[in-house]
Amino acid sequence: MAILEAKNIGIQFGGLKAVDKFNLEIFENEIVGLIGPNGAGKTTTFNMLTGVYQPTSGDIFVEEESILGLKPNQTVSKGLARTFQNIRLFGELSVIDNIKIAFQKNMSYSILSGILKTPKYWTEERIADQKARELLDIFDMEHLAGVTAKNLPYGRQRKLEIARALATDPKVLMLDEPAAGMNPQETRELMDTISFIKDKFDVSILLIEHDMNLVMGICERIVVLNYGVLLAQGTPEEIRNNPQVIKAYLGE
Amino acid sequence: MEKFIQQLINGLHVGSIYALIALGYTMVYGIIQLINFAHGDILMIGAFSAYFLIGSGIPIWLVIIISVLLCVLVGVIIEKFAYKPLREAPRISALITAIAVSLFLENLFMVLFKPDPRPFPQTWDIPSLNIGGLQIEGITIVTIVISVILMIALEIFVNKTKNGKAMKATSQDAQASTLMGININKTISVTFAIGSGLAAVGGILYSMAYPLIDPYMGMMPGLKAFVAAVLGGIGIIPGAMLGGVVMGIAESMTKSYISSQLSDAVVFGILIIVLLVKPSGIFGKNTREKV
Amino acid sequence: MTNNKKRYVLNLAAVILLFVVFKLLMGSGIIDSYYEGILILVGINIILATSLNMTTGFLGELTLGHAGFMAVGAYASAIFTMNTNMQISDTLILLISLLIGGIIAGICGFVVGVPALRLRGDYLGIITLGFGEIIRVILVNLDITGGALGLRGIMPYSNFTNIYWIMAIIVMIIFSLMNSRHGRSIISIRENEIASEAVGINTSFYKIFTFVLSAFFAGIAGGLFAHYMMVLDPKKFNFMFSIEILVMVVLGGMGSITGSIIAAIILTFLPELLRGLSDYRLLIYALLLLVMMLFRPKGLLGTKEFSLFGRRSKEDVKTSGLGGEE
Repeated sequence: MAILEAKNIGIQFGGLKAVDKFNLEIFENEIVGLIGPNGAGKTTTFNMLTGVYQPTSGDIFVEEESILGLKPNQTVSKGLARTFQNIRLFGELSVIDNIKIAFQKNMSYSILSGILKTPKYWTEERIADQKARELLDIFDMEHLAGVTAKNLPYGRQRKLEIARALATDPKVLMLDEPAAGMNPQETRELMDTISFIKDKFDVSILLIEHDMNLVMGICERIVVLNYGVLLAQGTPEEIRNNPQVIKAYLGE
Repeated sequence: MEKFIQQLINGLHVGSIYALIALGYTMVYGIIQLINFAHGDILMIGAFSAYFLIGSGIPIWLVIIISVLLCVLVGVIIEKFAYKPLREAPRISALITAIAVSLFLENLFMVLFKPDPRPFPQTWDIPSLNIGGLQIEGITIVTIVISVILMIALEIFVNKTKNGKAMKATSQDAQASTLMGININKTISVTFAIGSGLAAVGGILYSMAYPLIDPYMGMMPGLKAFVAAVLGGIGIIPGAMLGGVVMGIAESMTKSYISSQLSDAVVFGILIIVLLVKPSGIFGKNTREKV
Repeated sequence: MTNNKKRYVLNLAAVILLFVVFKLLMGSGIIDSYYEGILILVGINIILATSLNMTTGFLGELTLGHAGFMAVGAYASAIFTMNTNMQISDTLILLISLLIGGIIAGICGFVVGVPALRLRGDYLGIITLGFGEIIRVILVNLDITGGALGLRGIMPYSNFTNIYWIMAIIVMIIFSLMNSRHGRSIISIRENEIASEAVGINTSFYKIFTFVLSAFFAGIAGGLFAHYMMVLDPKKFNFMFSIEILVMVVLGGMGSITGSIIAAIILTFLPELLRGLSDYRLLIYALLLLVMMLFRPKGLLGTKEFSLFGRRSKEDVKTSGLGGEE
């Protein structure tokens, strides 16, 4: 059974079909790469899957339940979490607060309880603090818990954004160009991190990436978009040798 | 029907004054994203300058020129000393600074010239026009004509001259403009100069329409002109013109058909409705943040 | 965490102590009725500034019509006490009237909060400005509000004691709220709305909630003001008054509750201190404001909180959600 499934989704901006009749299936605990030339509609697809845009046709399912029409914050509770191409952290807040904000699912104390500081508040806050530190520790950032997020070096900001997405306890983690702006050394580390996340958190990962070493290195399956339509899909080996894909990337 | 046309003309009269003032707001906002609250007070300075100059017997055309130059000077100085140091600061700090400048100017004039309203001299005697049963006052015609000429001149300036194009480019993308060799500081100064000059003319015309001037006179027309700029789509020059005229007509229609007391409420009500239907104003483009 | 709990207890003790000190000073005549009057206005201004800080400082939405909410609360509660014939104690009547004023102001906050779902930044600021002006114009034109002449004959139910405690409770509520998951959610919208939604926060709910609560408190401040002044003049609640409250928030530091409190105290006393300068008073006020903005554009405290009990440990400051470095 597919965890996340997009059936024939498409979206139009004005007269332009940004994505058309696109199908995608993500199964349990796999890493899927979504690749394609610039402007192929990759981020638009992410935006449709996470409710930022509503597709003009087709349907999207999480574990066979339609999530069409849900807002981004509601798709999070269905188990979709994402990062952004241009990092979006809560810049003025501390690293640990960035994580705690994403813990909505695990915290249930009411507004009144928060104001009156009831025992439930203290318990949940303590657990959240503890869990956030554990999560940061996994990413080797526990010692940075109190640092203001915008003061982190670039690579760490990327990691923090991934950690924050994981804090929502997702079924599918969607990474939008996680290696953008990283040097080869950092990219290699990132590949290790992604594989590690997959095992440790038992999630499926869908990633958009231009770095072919990364994509070919860790993805089990690759989906290729071109001009908003599905061009090919298969194992890294199949994609590498697919003449259509080569043509799309290299031109005639 | 006659009453309606009369009100329409009254609306055009006050609306074109709002439009002149709104242009200053919209150009400054377009270029440095600042609601220049002191702009209404430039109008007041223009009116006071004209008041004293007329009193000393200088011909009206020279009065206008001197007042415009004075306001241009004040506008540019304000930008240099109060706004420029805050260009990198949080936007709300710049906003508060603009409010502080406004308070400063108002109270400076109050200390200098006392808060009591002064009657603005009616020097410009223009015969009124009779069309059918309709009587159009001379000052109405002059106001509309001057406003239209200035707006056309501004359009030509912005679209045809180097400085004007630099202004347009800077409002589109300040960083890219710098890369293209545009001198941002100079462009901002030019923007303040033009805006202040137009406000001076607006202030004089406003004082001719409502011939009582005091140090706080700039507040309400300033606020309404700003609303007009937002209504038309802030940062967009034709938007400010249209917004001003719409505001003026809405105001004069409300005053005569509904209640003169409620006219301000109706004007703001229109603004709220327009913004809710079209969040970026009549001529504004809806831009969503790209995810 | 125990440290945190201790701090709440210490703060409460300080609030009680401060009240006792004020009362003693008033009893012995060191604080005369003139200064008591200023202190009362300080209390009202603290409520206004901290409640505006919720929307403008923490949520990050420019609000230029806070005086409008205050006006609604002031008139609603005054009209209630003038027309009721309940045989209960004055304090109880005042509390009921404040609740009524707060709720009606809160409803207005809801009306303004809905556009906040569609509009941001300066545009929303203009909407709130327009809303505040509309309220003022309506107040001038209704019979029940006494029109342009104002509302007269309001009972003097407000006094230093009840204003002090209501102010203390409201400040504590805001502080405590901002130090909870709900406060963090509100702050995250200011920091990055899209990211906030992407981690599961119902941004629409929190925006409306913040606007409603902020307006509710402003309405209470209005009710206290009405029952202290005994006369309401609609001109008082104009656009410039909204700006005065905004100046307190910006001067104190957006997102700093203690900053708002300090700024409210300074800016309420300042005009009184400058009273001797008569005409030059507002001129100097404007100059000070200008100088302040030029030299400390982020306000007195930035987003930091001032604490009486030593600096909070470094970790705490940064993790409180209110802290953070400049």
